[in-house]
Amino acid sequence: MTAETTSRKFNIDTVAHAEATPDQALPWAELGLKENEYRRVEEILGRRPTGAELAMYSVMWSEHCSYKSSKVHLRQFGEKVTDAMKEHLLVGIGENAGVVDIGDGWAVTFKVESHNHPSFVEPYQGAATGVGGIVRDIISMGARPVAVMDPLRFGAIDHPDTARLVHGIVAGIGGYGNSLGLPNIGGEVVFDSVYQGNPLVNALAVGVLRHEDIRLANASGAGNRVVLFGARTGGDGIGGASVLASESFDSTKPSKRPAVQVGDPFAEKVLIECCLELFKASVVEGIQDLGAAGISCATSELASNGDGGMHVELTNVLLRDPSLTPGEILMSESQERMMAVVTPENVAAFEAIMDKWAVEYSWLGEVTDTGRLIIEWAGEKIVDVDPRTVAHEGPVYERPYHRPTWLDGVQADAFTTSSAGVERPADLREAVLELMASPNMCAKDWVTDQYDRYVQGNTALAMPDDAGVVRVDEETGLGVAISTDANGRYSYLDPYEGARLALAEAYRNVATSGAAPLAVTDCLNFGSPEDPEVMWQFAETVRGLADACQELGVPVTGGNVSLYNQTGGVAIHPTPVVGVLGVFDDVARRTPSGWREDGQAVYLLGTTADELDGSEWANLRGHLGGRPPALDLTAEKTLAAILVNCSRDGMIDAAHDLSEGGLAAGLSEMALRFDVGARIGLDELCERDGIDAFTALFSESQARAVVSVPRSEEVRFNDMCTARNFPTMRIGVVDTENRALDVQGYFTLPLDVLREAHEGTLPKHFS
Amino acid sequence: MTSSPVETPLIGGPQPLAPADAASPLDGVSVGVVTFPGTLDDRDAARAVRLAGGSAVQLWHGDHDLQGVDAVIIPGGFSYGDYLRAGAISRFAPLMEQITAAASGGADALPVLGICNGFQVLTEAHLLPGSMIKNESLHFLCRDQRLRVENAGTFWTSEYAEGEELVIPLKNQDGQFVADNRTLDELEGEGRVVFRYVGGNPNGSRRDIAGISNAAGNVVGLMPHPEHAVEAGFGPDSSARGAVDLRGGTDGLGIFTSVLKKLVG
Repeated sequence: MTAETTSRKFNIDTVAHAEATPDQALPWAELGLKENEYRRVEEILGRRPTGAELAMYSVMWSEHCSYKSSKVHLRQFGEKVTDAMKEHLLVGIGENAGVVDIGDGWAVTFKVESHNHPSFVEPYQGAATGVGGIVRDIISMGARPVAVMDPLRFGAIDHPDTARLVHGIVAGIGGYGNSLGLPNIGGEVVFDSVYQGNPLVNALAVGVLRHEDIRLANASGAGNRVVLFGARTGGDGIGGASVLASESFDSTKPSKRPAVQVGDPFAEKVLIECCLELFKASVVEGIQDLGAAGISCATSELASNGDGGMHVELTNVLLRDPSLTPGEILMSESQERMMAVVTPENVAAFEAIMDKWAVEYSWLGEVTDTGRLIIEWAGEKIVDVDPRTVAHEGPVYERPYHRPTWLDGVQADAFTTSSAGVERPADLREAVLELMASPNMCAKDWVTDQYDRYVQGNTALAMPDDAGVVRVDEETGLGVAISTDANGRYSYLDPYEGARLALAEAYRNVATSGAAPLAVTDCLNFGSPEDPEVMWQFAETVRGLADACQELGVPVTGGNVSLYNQTGGVAIHPTPVVGVLGVFDDVARRTPSGWREDGQAVYLLGTTADELDGSEWANLRGHLGGRPPALDLTAEKTLAAILVNCSRDGMIDAAHDLSEGGLAAGLSEMALRFDVGARIGLDELCERDGIDAFTALFSESQARAVVSVPRSEEVRFNDMCTARNFPTMRIGVVDTENRALDVQGYFTLPLDVLREAHEGTLPKHFS
Repeated sequence: MTSSPVETPLIGGPQPLAPADAASPLDGVSVGVVTFPGTLDDRDAARAVRLAGGSAVQLWHGDHDLQGVDAVIIPGGFSYGDYLRAGAISRFAPLMEQITAAASGGADALPVLGICNGFQVLTEAHLLPGSMIKNESLHFLCRDQRLRVENAGTFWTSEYAEGEELVIPLKNQDGQFVADNRTLDELEGEGRVVFRYVGGNPNGSRRDIAGISNAAGNVVGLMPHPEHAVEAGFGPDSSARGAVDLRGGTDGLGIFTSVLKKLVG
C-alpha cells in the first residue's frame, strides 16, 4: 500500500498546488455546495480549496451536519431551558448525546436520530446502519448501550413498494440491533401514504454510565496521539450526508445507492466492548464516533472542541479499498469506526486492549496547539484549515417562511361536519373491530417479534406496553422508562400544537408506566427547508416543542433534524418524533398496560370532548381536516403526577394512556394484553361529558388514561384524584369469567374475535 | 417498595445477585461462562448461575485454561457475527480445545451447556450431532416458547420431571435443528432428545427438537434461552406452572440448579 500511495501522490491536489493554480475549476456543485457557500470557503482560506478541503467543507457544511437551515430555530431549546430544568442535566445539547442524572451516581444518555434517506434507497443497510450510528453516539459519551427503540413510518400498507421497505427495514434493524445484544423495547409503526417515497426510519438508543465516566469529544493536550480504530475505511457512504441526506429525491437523477453505508454489526459489538474496556482503563482523553462526514467530522470536531489544532497523516488510514483518493477517504462514511486521543504514556495500554479484541487501529497524528487542522498525504500538505470554520462556522440561513395558504381551508374542514363524518357508524362493534384491525392500530408483533427484547436481562417492560422500561442498577432496581411518539396528522393540521401533542403523549406514556418524566430527545422529520411553507411548519414545530418542554419542565438534551423528506414537490407531514425519558427508583413498581385480576374497578381519568379531527377514525374514513385535539399541559402534569403516585403507592394494577384510537383502542389493548375481559358502561360518561357513545369510544381527547384499581385501593385512589381536582369516573369492572370486552348496551366483543382482527393485519400483508 | 399496607400490585423487587442463601452448599460450585467476540448473553448466563446459587466464572475464548470450573456454559449471541456459519469460527477457539477434551472424558466428564449460539458451537465442535439452519420463516424470531422436558436424566435437567412443560424465551435467526433420519432415530432411541417444542414448532426443527444431549448426558444444547426465565420481573409473562406476575416466568432456573445440585451430589 505504501508503494501505491507513493506512486499516487503526484496526482494529489496539495495546498501548494492550489495556491499555484487559483483558476482550476472544482466540482463544488456536484458535492452539494451552493455557489455562495463555495465563495465563502475561498474567502476563509484566502485561496481556492484543495480537493480534500473541498470534500471536508462540502460534507460538514451540508444540511445534515451543519443544521444551517434549522439552527436559528433550534436555539430556542437552549433559550427556553430554565434553571430548574437543568437540575438533572449533566451534559446538554451539542455533544454526541445529552446526559441526565438519574440518582445514586448513575447517569443515562439517550438520543434519537434519523436514517430516512438511506433506508429508502437500500432498506436493510440503511436501517441497520441507523442503529449502528446512534449506538456509537452513545458509546462516545462513555456509556454502555442498554436498549434501542425504532419509530418507523411507511407508506400505504397495500402499496406495492411498502412490503420491500417493511421487510428490509425491519430485518435491518433486527439484524444489526440483535447482533449487538441490545434489547429493542419500543417504538412505533405507522402507515400513511404521505411517507410513500420518504419512509421515516428513526433510531433511538439509550446508554448507562457512572457520573465520573462521562467522555467528551475533544482533543486536548498538544503532543497527545490521535488514533483511528475499528473497521477499515472503504468507499461506502461517500457523500452520504451531503448528497443523499441533504437533497430531495428526484426520479431523473441516477440511483444514490453508492452513498449508502454497509454495516457490520459484529465489528460494532466488538467495538462496544473494546471502548468500554478503554474507558474502564482510563486510557483515552477524548473520543468521537465516525458517522456522517467520517474523518472530516471527527478530526475537525475533536480539534475545534479541544486545543484547536491537529496534525494528521492521511496515508496512515487503513483502507479496504486502496484506490480511494484523499477526498474520498475524508468523506467516507464507512461504519464501525472511532477516533480517540491518547496520551503518549497510554499508547501501550491502548494497543494492548485493541489486540485483546483483535480490533485494527492506526495512529494518524497528534494534537497541536497551532489552531490549524493540517492533513498531509505522504508528507505533502493537502488540508490546512481552521477546524472551527469546518465544524462550527458553517453557513447559517434565515430561510424565508410563511403560513401555508391552504391551511385555513384545511382547518375549516372539521370531520364532524364533513361528508365523511356526518354519519356516525350504527354498529359500534364493527367500528371497534375495523379500528383495531387498521394498519396503524393493529398489533405490531410481526415487527417486534423480529427484535430481541430479552438480552441483558434487565427489560422490565417492552412492547406492547406504554413505555419500554429497563433496570439500571441490579441492587436497587433503579431504572428508566422511554417512550417515543409523533402524530404527523396533528402536525399537518397545526404544527405548533402537533409538536406539543407529541411531547404530551410521550410524557404521558412514560408516566403511565409509573416513571417520573425527566428529559426529552427529538427527531424532527420535515420536507424541504427551501419551501417556505415547510419552513413555517418547522419553525412552528420547534416553537411549540420548546414552549411545551418549558411548561412541563423537561429539557431537550439532544436530537436530530431530518429535512428534504420529500419526493418531487410533495413533502411528508411534519413529523416531530419526541422521545421522553423517565426514571424509576425501582422498576419493580412499573405498571403494565393490561388488567388481570377479576373484580378490579376500571376508571377513566380525564374528560372526553368531540375531538375527532385528525383522529385514527377520521383517517379510516379518508378525512384529514379541522384542528387537532385541545391540549392542556397543566392537566397533563396532574395526570402524570397521579399515575406516578399510583405506581409508587400500589394503587393501580394496570394503566394505559388514551391517544390514537381513543377509548376504543385503550380498552381493547388493555383486554388483549393478558387476555382478560371487562364489563364497561358508557352511559354515565356520556351524560357527564355531553357526548354520544361513538364519541366516547373514538374521540382522541388528551390528558386521559384508563386504570384498573384493586377494590381495596378504590377509596385512596378516589381521594387522591379529588384532592388534585382531576376528573375521574368508574366505567367498569375487570371480568375474568367472560373473555370479552362487554360495552353494556352497545356490544359484546369476544376477545378471540378481537384478537384475530387485531393480530391478523400485518401477517396478511407481509408474511 | 411501596407504602401500601395491602397487596402489592406488581412483582417482587429484583432479587439480589448474591446467592439467595449464603450458606448454600451450591455456593462452592463454579460454572464457567465463555465469552467469544460477539457473544451477547454471557452476563445473563452468569446472572442465572448466581441466582441458582452457584458462582459464575468468566472464561475468555482465547485462553487455554478452564480455571478449574466444575461446569461450562457456552452462552447465546452471534459469535464472530455468525459469519460463514453460526459457530463455525468459534469452534476453533483455544478454549474450545480444552472444553472438548474435558467434556469427552469418561465418568467425570465436564458438564457443558450450549444455549442458542452455544448449541451451534457445540454441533460445530462435534460434541453434539446435527446442525442449525435458518428458521423456516427466514426471520429472526423472539417469542415465549413452550417446551417439554423429554429427558430429566441429564446433568442439566435433573431438577425437572420427565414430561414437565416449561415456558422459555426463544430468540434466534438460525434455530432450525436438522440432522439425517438415522441420527434423529438414534437420538430418539437413546433418549437424547432433551427438550421438544410444544404448542407449535417455531422454526421447522426436525421432530420438534429444541434440545439434545450427548450419549453421556453431560453435554446439552438447546435453542431457547433458559437464562432469560430465571428472575421474576424480567422473564416471560407466563409459566407452564400456572399464572405468574408480570414477566414472572422463572421456568428456566431449574436448568442451572440441576447442574449445581448434581455436582454437589
